[in-house]
Amino acid sequence: MTDVLSYAALPEVILALGAMALLMQGAFQQDQEEAGPMAAWLAIGLLLVAGVAMLLNPHHAAGLFDDAFVIDRFTRFMKLLVLIGAAGALLLSFQSFGELRLMKFEYPVLVLLATVGMMMMISANDLIALYIGLELQSLALYVVAAFRRDAVRSSEAGLKYFVLGALSSGMLLYGASLIYGFAGSTSFPVIAGVVKEANIGVTVGLVFLMVGLAFKISAVPFHMWTPDVYEGAPTPVTALFAAAPKVAAMALMVRTLTVAFPGTAPAWQQIVVFISIASMLLGSFAAIGQSNFKRLMAYSSIGHVGFALVGLAANNSEGAQGVLIYMAIYLVMTLGTFACILAMRRSDGPVEDIEELSGLAENNLGMAFALGMLMFSMAGIPPLAGFWGKFYVIAAAVKANMFPLAVVAVLASVVSAFYYLRIVIIMFVREPKEKFRQIDGKVGTIMALATIFVLFFIVYPSPLVDAAAQAARSLRL
Amino acid sequence: MNLVTLPILSLLLLLPLLGALFIAFLPQDAVRNARFVALWTTLVTFVLSLFIWISFDKTNTGFQFVDQMPWLGTFTYKVGVDGISMLFVILTTFLMPLCILASWESIQKRVKEYMIAFLVLETLMIGVFVALDLVLFYLFFEAGLIPMFIIIGVWGGKRRIYASYKFFLYTLLGSVLMLLAMMAMWWQAGTTDIEQLLQAKFPIEMQWWLWIAFFASFAVKMPMWPVHTWLPDAHVEAPTAGSVILAGILLKMGGYGFLRFSLPMFPVASADLAPLVFSLSIIAIIYTSLVALAQEDMKKLIAYSSVAHMGYVTMGIFTFTQQGLDGAIFQMLSHGIVSAALFLCVGVIYDRMHTREIAAYGGLADRMPFYAFCFMVFTMANVGLPGTSGFIGEFLTLLGAFRANTWVAVFATTGVILSACYALWLYRRVIYGALEKPSLKAIKDMGPREILVMTPLVILTIVFGFYPAPILDVTSPAVKKLVTNYEAAIRTTESEKAGATKVKISVAYEGRKENLP
Repeated sequence: MTDVLSYAALPEVILALGAMALLMQGAFQQDQEEAGPMAAWLAIGLLLVAGVAMLLNPHHAAGLFDDAFVIDRFTRFMKLLVLIGAAGALLLSFQSFGELRLMKFEYPVLVLLATVGMMMMISANDLIALYIGLELQSLALYVVAAFRRDAVRSSEAGLKYFVLGALSSGMLLYGASLIYGFAGSTSFPVIAGVVKEANIGVTVGLVFLMVGLAFKISAVPFHMWTPDVYEGAPTPVTALFAAAPKVAAMALMVRTLTVAFPGTAPAWQQIVVFISIASMLLGSFAAIGQSNFKRLMAYSSIGHVGFALVGLAANNSEGAQGVLIYMAIYLVMTLGTFACILAMRRSDGPVEDIEELSGLAENNLGMAFALGMLMFSMAGIPPLAGFWGKFYVIAAAVKANMFPLAVVAVLASVVSAFYYLRIVIIMFVREPKEKFRQIDGKVGTIMALATIFVLFFIVYPSPLVDAAAQAARSLRL
Repeated sequence: MNLVTLPILSLLLLLPLLGALFIAFLPQDAVRNARFVALWTTLVTFVLSLFIWISFDKTNTGFQFVDQMPWLGTFTYKVGVDGISMLFVILTTFLMPLCILASWESIQKRVKEYMIAFLVLETLMIGVFVALDLVLFYLFFEAGLIPMFIIIGVWGGKRRIYASYKFFLYTLLGSVLMLLAMMAMWWQAGTTDIEQLLQAKFPIEMQWWLWIAFFASFAVKMPMWPVHTWLPDAHVEAPTAGSVILAGILLKMGGYGFLRFSLPMFPVASADLAPLVFSLSIIAIIYTSLVALAQEDMKKLIAYSSVAHMGYVTMGIFTFTQQGLDGAIFQMLSHGIVSAALFLCVGVIYDRMHTREIAAYGGLADRMPFYAFCFMVFTMANVGLPGTSGFIGEFLTLLGAFRANTWVAVFATTGVILSACYALWLYRRVIYGALEKPSLKAIKDMGPREILVMTPLVILTIVFGFYPAPILDVTSPAVKKLVTNYEAAIRTTESEKAGATKVKISVAYEGRKENLP
């Protein structure tokens, strides 16, 4: 029992203790200039060690603390994504933060703590564990959003994120307390056993719970914070926001709804269908008018969340598999795109307007090609990876006979293609502007890796697809 | 090595990609090398594809040269050709070297990227015709949008941005609905293997929905009236070789799709909805021919004439007769040669004068006799003059239409007259008359490179006009099997319906008997 116990939460323990050690190390380091980058490298190392520890764990399923904290193939898949997302976002931050003199040792520490929170969210099998994980993640991220404290926009982003995030946490907590009141337990399996069909108390509680979760994944109508926070936060932080927490919150949502509330599936499916359709449509239409690339990515991420929810709405094993595949591909595309955004810098500082990409194909064909492929992939054009994400979630909806949802999904993908194509047009057709500065090696590596992934995913897609299928089976849908 | 055991189709798919990769690693200023690599790659691909034609077994109506590999769960990488698809592969590989040659001098900026885009496009187009798995088919079908979008957007004319958007979004909109239908078929039949799906029977109501979803995609691609409006824009703005590919091959994917999916997999829905297709085809034939008459831009005129000619194809396909289907395939192949050639003809004078306005020309016969001859051959083929390949296709489809529905044939035949009007009038305005415009005085006849491009097209147009057997021999057995299967499916459905009615009547009768005292 004890070795199961120590193994199951080993990655989280490594990260939490590591974060504290890094804090000490940073505080007592003489040379504060060096402390930041060093802490960041150590943090990346810790993320790597945590990932290896998780993959080497011989037990595929275990539960701790009265099954409040569980591990299975699903958590393993999602945690791996979160670790990749966090490590990628940290790698992206060196160059930009270095120039802004923001590379302080607190940043990697906060990212590590947020990562622990996300991993706890993914493993949460109990309403209290869920809340603790969520808050650990959120509190760290509120600080990170306002990390550029001398910039008004960044402070505004942090404050906005905090106020709205606190509101949503409150709603989630209220919903959780209602559910506890009516079900008599906070444990997911117990709730599932008690709540065999929808009653008004549980349904109201469920709605509040879902409001809180919808806020975290920035699904419509709880998306309002996203564009402002994405635009205001420093770009590496936005990359982190768009990648890892979304994956964690989506995993949490999938596990909560399918494990704790299978009995009330028809009730929550309706809600998921609604927020999914609303997110896809808003994400597609609202992005058309955006000229700031980060803002555009905010709307794009809202749309992507809508697509991933299509798989959840289907409430079958294929749907869960679809969500997993979608989030994995989304994570890579997002990191790649943010690497491109970070590479957009001129002699007088970074630029964020998409018009600044004019004629990039003449100046830097490699980057234009990479961003072009990422955009086509985000639009879901085969044979690029983004297509497969959409393919699996929509196929699940078709299997569940949810044809209206599937039709809206594919139509929304056509609308969204419009603004992704606009970026391609700007890069390939317009007259070139002044060249960007030399791309940082780490940023360039992530850009290249992401592009290779979206281009060649089709050649050998089975590992990801099979792993997602196995992970989805552990939810026993 | 035995040619039959060689995975020749996979090689065909791989070769252009290898060429593209090679060009990508050439130094940036190696423009001439990029052109030659592209030309040689496409030529080798063409020669390789000829082996398929030579060793194709005409008596075998199944899929040949099948190459299969596990890929992703239930989806497999499976390619093969039958009598319907084989010639489209040849058409693709045949037109590609001509496209590269036609862009030899007219493309001067970003030559490397241009050649890469064309080679990638070639792989994707061949893929559409050889794919034997639904998902694989969709991949190739859709992926072709990316290089074509770039080709129109980067190397196109003045309004290229608008045209490329319109092309991309129109086609995508149609295709995503087809994707939904494919998913539904996957869940219903449990497989995406086209060979197995051809045996599967879908419930009649489902057939309707599936048919409509596939129709949405193929009708846009074809293009049929009223979703044809992207085509004139795309044609006008695309570079010459882009127009050639669009008219020559991309338009054929719609017709191929009808033959591969709609007809054999949803026979009942096809029969029920044939009147819809007939109406749209006739509108396309008559209306777009009239529209073509009013055009002042040469490329636009030919684009509209393409829509009209595709009307014959859809009409022929949905007659469900041997002649109609043979004619439709022949018409597609012939149109692939003729319209491609017409766009190349426009490209020849566009390269010299940089305008496509019909009014800017006149009397070219004086200065460009050989050009006038080539243009004449293709104009006549476009009209459907006996002795050119255009005649065979139109005649066979009309024959089929006559058997299926006389009125359809009557209306469609007026299109032949209209096509003579716009095509001959175009020829008169461009080639005949006095050479009055001062800018045209110094115009030169076609150079050796252009003659090299035109000659095979002229020869094929005339040869197939007199001797269509090489094509019809390949298509007929496959078409015969298609028609037989279709008729069998319709018969079973009708007898089932009749059986159901009988049961109803007998139940009612039994019921009444019980009520009798």
